[in-house]
Amino acid sequence: MEIVILISQVLMALALILAFVRVVRGPSLPDRVVALELFASIVVGLVGLTAIQSDVSSFLDAAIVIALMGFLAAIGFARFLERGGPRDD
Amino acid sequence: MIEFIKGVFILSGALFMLLAALGILRLPDLLTRMHATTKAAALGVILIMLAVALHFGEVDVVARALAIIVFILMTAPVAAHVIGRAGYFVGSKLWSGTVKDELRPNYDPLTHELKSGMETEANARREPKESDPS
Repeated sequence: MEIVILISQVLMALALILAFVRVVRGPSLPDRVVALELFASIVVGLVGLTAIQSDVSSFLDAAIVIALMGFLAAIGFARFLERGGPRDD
Repeated sequence: MIEFIKGVFILSGALFMLLAALGILRLPDLLTRMHATTKAAALGVILIMLAVALHFGEVDVVARALAIIVFILMTAPVAAHVIGRAGYFVGSKLWSGTVKDELRPNYDPLTHELKSGMETEANARREPKESDPS
């Protein structure tokens, strides 16, 4: 089980790196918003893995909050894009 | 047995997340990238939360894990829709190999009006209703 968790953590860290490359390179702001949303999902998964690894179920509360924040950030960015504000992407 | 199922869930969840990240890096435009990330990442989170529920096996923890799953299932489509809509309005370029963009000829980006191509003079006229906000 330890090995499975370790492999999964490595895979998800790799996924974080790939998403971060898109955040840096992304040609426009919507691309970056999508990448940041993916970030939130991957971090929720990592927190779930940490809950399994350390046998502490309280980590799930953090996962709920992170998922909520990711959703709200996506909605906020979308409203900002549609309303049109000063942008520098 | 539960250990085995748990391991399968965790590994496949991590693989789906890696697939989503690969998709967001390699696919050519905004809409295809969103198509990769929203579904694959949501499935990855769902699988890992199922593994968490199997690992703890207590009522409150399982309820919280299922609550995360329901939350992800409800919010992922909404967030994808909102970002895709905003991206289209902002004018992000579609991939050069795009076959069809049905919104382009029927939609006026300045007034946000959508035409069906079936309008006549009579049914295109705006008639104020009682319920309209003044």
